Amino acid sequence: MAKPKLATASLAGCFGCHMSILDIDERILQLVELVDFDKSPVDDIKEFTGRCRIGLIEGGCCNEENVHVLKKFRENCDILVSVGECATMGGIPALRNTIPLKECLDEAFLNGPTVHNPSGRIPDDPEIPLLLNKVYPCHEVVKIDYFLPGCPPPADAIWAAVAALLEDKPIALPYELIKYD
Amino acid sequence: MSDNLEKIVSEICTRYGNDASRMMDVVRDAHARFGFVSSACADAIAAALKTPRVEVESLVSFYAFFAAHPRAKVVIRLCNDIVDVMHDGHKVWETFEQELGIKTGETTKDGAFSLEYTPCIGMCDQAPAALINDVVVTRLTADRAREIVRELKSGSDPAGLVKEFGDGNNAHELVRAMVVNNIRERGAVVFDAEDMQPGTGLKNALAMSPAEVIRAVKTARLRGRGGAGFPAGMKWEFTRESAGSFRTVICNADEGEPGTFKDRVILTERPDLLFEGMTIAGYAIGAEQGILYLRGEYAYLQPFLENVLNERRASGLLGQNSAGKAGFNFDIRIQMGAGAYVCGEETALISSCEGLRGDPKTRPPFPAQRGYRGQPTAVNNVETLCCVTRILEKGPGWFSQIGNGKSAGTKLLSISGDCKKPGVYEIPFGITLQQLLVKAGGADAIAVQVGGPSGSMVGPKDFGRQICFEDLATGGSIMIFGPGRNLLQVVQKFMEFFVEESCGYCTPCRVGNRLIKERLDRIIAGKGEKTDLAYLEQLVEMVKAASRCGLGQTSPNPVLSTLKNFRQCYEALLLKETGGMQPAFDLKEAVKDAENIAARASVHC
Repeated sequence: MAKPKLATASLAGCFGCHMSILDIDERILQLVELVDFDKSPVDDIKEFTGRCRIGLIEGGCCNEENVHVLKKFRENCDILVSVGECATMGGIPALRNTIPLKECLDEAFLNGPTVHNPSGRIPDDPEIPLLLNKVYPCHEVVKIDYFLPGCPPPADAIWAAVAALLEDKPIALPYELIKYD
Repeated sequence: MSDNLEKIVSEICTRYGNDASRMMDVVRDAHARFGFVSSACADAIAAALKTPRVEVESLVSFYAFFAAHPRAKVVIRLCNDIVDVMHDGHKVWETFEQELGIKTGETTKDGAFSLEYTPCIGMCDQAPAALINDVVVTRLTADRAREIVRELKSGSDPAGLVKEFGDGNNAHELVRAMVVNNIRERGAVVFDAEDMQPGTGLKNALAMSPAEVIRAVKTARLRGRGGAGFPAGMKWEFTRESAGSFRTVICNADEGEPGTFKDRVILTERPDLLFEGMTIAGYAIGAEQGILYLRGEYAYLQPFLENVLNERRASGLLGQNSAGKAGFNFDIRIQMGAGAYVCGEETALISSCEGLRGDPKTRPPFPAQRGYRGQPTAVNNVETLCCVTRILEKGPGWFSQIGNGKSAGTKLLSISGDCKKPGVYEIPFGITLQQLLVKAGGADAIAVQVGGPSGSMVGPKDFGRQICFEDLATGGSIMIFGPGRNLLQVVQKFMEFFVEESCGYCTPCRVGNRLIKERLDRIIAGKGEKTDLAYLEQLVEMVKAASRCGLGQTSPNPVLSTLKNFRQCYEALLLKETGGMQPAFDLKEAVKDAENIAARASVHC
């Protein structure tokens, strides 16, 4: 029987959650025994090659491309997990949500004290995805099945969650893995 | 000027014995004198009462009727609860805005007029209504609003707006209000005056021992009329038995539950019955002081009630050796509120009586153990205390046989909304909603809100249920909604009210009610999803379970009861789910700003 597939993506995140995935250390060998990695920055596969059992999402949606990727994940994954603060609640990127988009861009590219931009243009290359009016947590865009808290969630928590999902068992996260003080 | 201010403030404070716990009265008088409580005034009050200035500021900022900045000479408070909305309140409000040239919440440039919204002022049976300074105006129309502004602009005093007095004591020279009583049905206990013998209840009580009085109230099976239904005799026993250096009887006349106005009618027509009940309570629990906490909206009744108290003092019913009972020295003072719904909650009410913000206190200890100034206190509803007088007059057996066998006595109901005969109905416990609707001329109702916003909304399948403690318990508010009414709009209005009235002390209530309202707004706007209902259900349970006082513990009830009884109203508005996508997310809308900035269209939508 073919191994189930696992896909991951980092949307409006800092890749910290992916670092935490890698932090499972040598258990990654065990993980490779259990699953095949599909679309993921870990193996650099860009497009889905088939249906996946689990999709791990880091980061919320700050631009149209994030939305596109997230929708592809929803279409291709049985179980979708919001991993970490940004995917779950928007996190640091969502700090811009109270400021109109135009003001954010003006501050970043025109008016900021350290800006050097003689052209006075806000980057507008068609290759650059358009920003959304605000940063959305993933569950406001697609249905999310599970949420894994943390910034980032500890490797042990990610491991426990993925293992439980693969074995179809309830996720038992001990207190130490979900306390952050 | 400032010497003058200090002198006036000092006079006011002396009037209340420079007692910081009378700060409500001090601030109220200072506010009446100056129109607002300035920074200098707050300093002067703090100095005179020997209390930190922040206590004064805190109090002023808490109550809706106090202001720290100059207010207009004439403050028009438009009652905006749901019943006023249903009676075309909008037309009245818009007319006021047009005529004054300001929006609600603003003050005219010349400082002559302010327009504000205020929650229920206890006039739902004669809505739309408004308070103009302390003067109540009822049954407003756009035309009447226009006339009012014209009269006020020509310099007439707000009191001059009352052209015709209402019935009964509303026409009393100390009341002079256009308010009408609308007593639609007189029951045996409170309003049927034929066999009432004023003074007999008190006389009988004083002939017994306090323990016997408490036993009589217990035997009568009298339960609190404010809504919670706690046995009154038991409350008194606890209060009497608690250790303390003095005891206090407080009558809760802060009826702020939208849709309730029965206490207003009792205070207007049966003040002696109430004060007699308070005196009996004082005797039973061993108190020397009674406090009537009167909501600020009923300030127009204050001079009248003070006069009734003075008459009772003059005839020896209050004061040294009250009613001729040697050693029983009981007197009553009136504590005015200042526009805070939460003060109807007994511990918040006690805070207010103590000269503090109306913050609720943690229970236990219950007021019966540690209430007013940390001493044992019995807090009773106006109607409960009236029942007490009658129980002592006619005997507990007489009282307990009224009703449906389980719930004893009569209940005063304030009926308003879509019905032909809104007003106060005194009915024996056990009447069904259907019978009530027929009486009130609202039999075509699609829903009835029983017990005000903090009660529950029931539909026709429940109209056979009875008004009593065991079935549909209510403090007395009954709002009727007829065919064509948008029930979710009603719920939205209720939640708006709770968001506004939450005292902000605890997070579940302060934040939770806001989140409930937000999600509700989203569903009403047609952007809700199926998961929103599950979210709401979870949220209302949390707010109910985790809030500190009765406000937050009941504020989610409009949502809870409509989710249960009118779920189809919600479901009809939900978006259809589409293959794991959240239907409420609109990519087109979300990239609109960026499209405008970059002057190109999104490639994804």
